[in-house]
Amino acid sequence: MRETPAVSAAPADLRRAVYRDAASIGVAVGAYGVSFGAVAVAAGLSVPQACALSLLAFTGASQFALVGVLGAGGGALAGTATALLLGSRNTLYALRLATLLGVRGGRRLLGAHLVIDETTAMALARADPAESRLAFWATGAAVYTCWNAATLIGALGARYVGDPRTLGLDAAFPAAFLALLAPRLRSARPVAVAAVATGVAVVAVPFVPAGVPVLLAALVAVIAGGRG
Amino acid sequence: MTWAAVLGTAAGCYLLKLAGLALPARALGHPRVRRVADLLPVALLAALVGVQTLSSAHRLVLDARLAGLAAGVVALLLRAPFVLVVVVAAAVAAGVRAL
Repeated sequence: MRETPAVSAAPADLRRAVYRDAASIGVAVGAYGVSFGAVAVAAGLSVPQACALSLLAFTGASQFALVGVLGAGGGALAGTATALLLGSRNTLYALRLATLLGVRGGRRLLGAHLVIDETTAMALARADPAESRLAFWATGAAVYTCWNAATLIGALGARYVGDPRTLGLDAAFPAAFLALLAPRLRSARPVAVAAVATGVAVVAVPFVPAGVPVLLAALVAVIAGGRG
Repeated sequence: MTWAAVLGTAAGCYLLKLAGLALPARALGHPRVRRVADLLPVALLAALVGVQTLSSAHRLVLDARLAGLAAGVVALLLRAPFVLVVVVAAAVAAGVRAL
């Protein structure tokens, strides 16, 4: 990672604090990455496929959604569509970060790959723009490294566990989605949207192809958000 | 087919991120677009929780996964970290199945 002069201008103790935060986020994400690698292989992906997702898609909720839908018998198209709808929040993160990062050319292509929940949160948590930029790149490097190493470890480990149902790995998916959902349920509207979306999806299960009920639930967000 | 989904998801997710850095800020600045984008992950994740707990192929079923999810809820309420929530849910589901 090349550093801009603005980044180098951050005082040494502040830079150490940013690096320390980045490292601890990386380790926390690593634990999550091990579970992704394990459930991906339990859902029927090969180890290279699980690793390719982490290396190339690099956005946890979308990756969990794709392997969850595929593992439950959903089609590739429904799985991809669910993953991309979930990934669309990164577009809004990137819009917020664009001015702050001020990147062009190759650095923009690299920086785009690192726009995720964690890097956005860490960058926006800093008041000073130089610190924000440092937090973005440092968190991105730490999370990318840990996420991919952890995916490989989890994927390799899952090959030795036998039938995933015996270990309850099919319950790991909904629990993972719930853990991702919980921090977003801070006010009445998201709670209502979550409840209605769950109802719509569950009721649709017997009537439409696997994977489609979740896409129908996305309409609940469109309707609720569009009504102002 | 799985590789197509993996590579399609990877390419799409990357382009969604790049679009945000490359587009002018006003492109997605409409409050309605932002509200929908904020609520999309909520609806999708909630639907995934419901479907993956209660369905098996095209049938709705109540099985050990529901007990696992309930344990996960308790872990979340106790502010357990992500990986512990997942492990507790899996362990309880496995335990109920073993009974």
